[in-house]
Amino acid sequence: MSEDKSQAAEAAPPEEQESPPPAPSQWHTVLRSITSGNAMVAVLSVLLSVAVGSVLILVTDEDVRSSAGYIFAQPGDFFQASWDAIYGAYSALFRGSVYNSRGADFQASIRPLTETLKFAAPLILAGLGVGLAFRAAMFNIGGRGQMLLAGAVAGWIAIEVDLPAPLHLVVALLGAMAAGALWAGIAGVLKARTGAHEVIVTIMLNYVGFYLVFYALSKESLLQAPGSFNPKSLPMQKSATLPKILGDRFTLHFGIVLALVAVVVVWWLLNRSALGYRIRAVGENPNAARTAGIDVGRIYVVVMLIAGALVGLAGANQVLGTVTSGVTVDLDAGIGFDAITVALLGRSRPLGILFAGLLFGAFKAGGFAMQASEGIPVDIVLVIQSLIVLFIAAPPLVRAIFRLPAKEEA
Amino acid sequence: MQLQLRNITKRFGSLVANDNISLTVEPGEIHCLLGENGAGKSTLMNVLYGLYQADEGEIVLDGEVQHFSGPGDAIAAGIGMVHQHFMLVPVFTVAENVMLGNEATGFAGSLDIDAARQRVREISDRFGFHVNPDRIVEDLPVGVQQRVEIIKALSRDAKVLVFDEPTAVLTPQETDELMEIMRQLKESGAAIVFITHKLREVREVADKITVIRLGKVVGEASPTASNAELASMMVGRPVELTVSKEPASPAEDAFVVEHLSVADDTGLVHVDDVSFSIRKGEIVVVAGVQGNGQTELTEAILGLQSHVLGSIRLDGKELVGRSTRQILAAGVGFIPEDRQVDGLVGGFTIAENLMLDRSYGGEFVRAGSVQMNKLEAFAGEKLREYDVRAPGIHTRADNLSGGNQQKVVVARELSRDLRLLVAAQPTRGVDVGSIEFIHKQIVATRDRGVPVLVVSTELDEVVALADRIMVLYRGRIVGIVPADTPRDVLGLMMTGERPSGAVA
Repeated sequence: MSEDKSQAAEAAPPEEQESPPPAPSQWHTVLRSITSGNAMVAVLSVLLSVAVGSVLILVTDEDVRSSAGYIFAQPGDFFQASWDAIYGAYSALFRGSVYNSRGADFQASIRPLTETLKFAAPLILAGLGVGLAFRAAMFNIGGRGQMLLAGAVAGWIAIEVDLPAPLHLVVALLGAMAAGALWAGIAGVLKARTGAHEVIVTIMLNYVGFYLVFYALSKESLLQAPGSFNPKSLPMQKSATLPKILGDRFTLHFGIVLALVAVVVVWWLLNRSALGYRIRAVGENPNAARTAGIDVGRIYVVVMLIAGALVGLAGANQVLGTVTSGVTVDLDAGIGFDAITVALLGRSRPLGILFAGLLFGAFKAGGFAMQASEGIPVDIVLVIQSLIVLFIAAPPLVRAIFRLPAKEEA
Repeated sequence: MQLQLRNITKRFGSLVANDNISLTVEPGEIHCLLGENGAGKSTLMNVLYGLYQADEGEIVLDGEVQHFSGPGDAIAAGIGMVHQHFMLVPVFTVAENVMLGNEATGFAGSLDIDAARQRVREISDRFGFHVNPDRIVEDLPVGVQQRVEIIKALSRDAKVLVFDEPTAVLTPQETDELMEIMRQLKESGAAIVFITHKLREVREVADKITVIRLGKVVGEASPTASNAELASMMVGRPVELTVSKEPASPAEDAFVVEHLSVADDTGLVHVDDVSFSIRKGEIVVVAGVQGNGQTELTEAILGLQSHVLGSIRLDGKELVGRSTRQILAAGVGFIPEDRQVDGLVGGFTIAENLMLDRSYGGEFVRAGSVQMNKLEAFAGEKLREYDVRAPGIHTRADNLSGGNQQKVVVARELSRDLRLLVAAQPTRGVDVGSIEFIHKQIVATRDRGVPVLVVSTELDEVVALADRIMVLYRGRIVGIVPADTPRDVLGLMMTGERPSGAVA
């Protein structure tokens, strides 16, 4: 983005450190360095993680291990087996997530791509929610709780309320946004009023949200399917579900469109709106924002409300689109936490989050194919995802590995 | 010990912070390193102290080339540094601080505090420092803390002493005492490097002066050179050191503060029952050593303090109890004392910073959307008008030098319709050229009939700008005196003594 281009411009001599500003809080510094890292580091982190992932594939592959036993006798076997393992794994990942060259017909061939988009939608939505909070220098770790509550509310509206088709869906989505906003907003209000750290509050609210939804799913008067002993609701009414985009042969639903719209809206909010300007000002330097008359506490609340609403949409996406057979406490499917990774990898910028969400969607879609066709544990994909975060959080490490010029700091 | 720096070059990426600098400091000599902020003085000293490795050139002590890989090596070689920001542990005693990093231990690693105490007494007596080794450092006045730093350096047998902007935190009296200490150290044979940008101090103690500009040595000067000569060497062009201003033609009282008290969250009172008023077209400068309530006073005016008693009225309207946004909207312009913390958003562009206090409406915001075209046109105009040296309006604020950053803040605040200007340390860390410019802008604001409150710890600035001077000490007004009050009287007032004739 254009902000980054002027980096090389008339740099202040490092000697300006003569009167260093009082050190901002540790979290703040960490956040700044994570969110302002450059795109190159993000891309290289992905490459590096894939490379480390290759090593793990080798270690876990039977053929590679047995050929390693006689590597000095016949090194060719070892390298052949290694190549087969890595090539097989990543090509399976590709076939499972983008284009299946072995598909019977065109529709079967592009099905993986639609699966990727389906998995990407909630990641993008929740990633935007986490990323927006990052821009105000807040950690929203509460994605899980926000998604659960939003999913439960959306599910309740979809099951219990009777409305005509498009309106029913809209009301359910709005309900989910409101629930997510409320759940995240609690953390915002507590931070603004009492200074309670949002990390602690949102983590705790994850538990509260989980047991609240669990309770609702165990009460027939609330959400539990009548006559059921499982904590699960009835399926959604058709009028409140997100329609399929490409007909019934594909599972892809309108959630991805919601996600794309949200990307545009959040981009406008952050880069063009006065509110977004204030959000960024508070995130970059709350002292200067306060001195300039910006109500910092109020911004914290507003940011968490919007962030929660976005995460709430991700919850609705799950309940009303991906799994319409009923609300369960597993509806978040780890997305609330994956969203943090997505936001980090996307450097908290809407476009970056879009691409990061697509990548992680592809990992999810392809991971299963990899396991099915090559027998490689799906956990490898999780390891790769985790490594990405690790590398992004340690830009100096990535710079050192690729010998990028370091930012010299006093 | 003779110190030689030979052809030192230090680069940061494309920026050359030190370009082929050579310098010789003889034992028993005070060598002044004079240059503006950002000229490369501190970088050079950090190279000397082993914090940075020079890209080219060498450090030579008594004819021997040194290779420092860290401050430990430099200290062992006999180099001592007195930092601008003290490197002391506030809750330790003087003796504990002095032994820190060089602890003498006895049986089973027990600390030999008595040896350290003895060492402090010895050095203190030798130079007449009057430092008690058992006092807790945070209870000591700033000037004495600095002496602890000096003792610490001397206790490691430093033969070369570097003073990095040592007078920034001192009262004029403490500064004089420091000068005396430096002369004593020199007589004892130490080689002293004195880094500063204050001309008066240089001429007082320096034996030799080396002027650095933009990372290069631009020349040597003799201590007999005039202020104007030294300043023009530093800046590279003739500089007007005094602010040319017409006598004030103040009108009626516009800004009235009555019985103002400000406390912090712990109940500590920082501003204690302060009353004063400023007339339209008048500059009142608050003088005093840093930390005597100036920060709290200006923040209280801006609604940034939460425990405020008393009354602050602007044009008859009460400001106490209003939000910062309302106070700004009432026409108060504010140049905060620390631009990097309170004045600017470092990651924002110049243009974005120019609308920092105008994001709730006004010319740059319509229907909740930022009017980019208007903002950019405005920014371009201000860039020219305030002579901000930057590649363009999209340059990030933290890539600007201190002076240019401050110009952005000043441009933002003065481009609103003001009914009061509050400028806290408006030229701290700003190069001489920009100081001149900012002072002119402040005086021009006064001449438009705006009451102006300036806070400054620099006597030069106090005297240059003030129509009246108000001296604060421990949160109380020592006196409000005319601008032509002699400096020594002002200096005395800054220590809390009220001279006869001063009006409280």
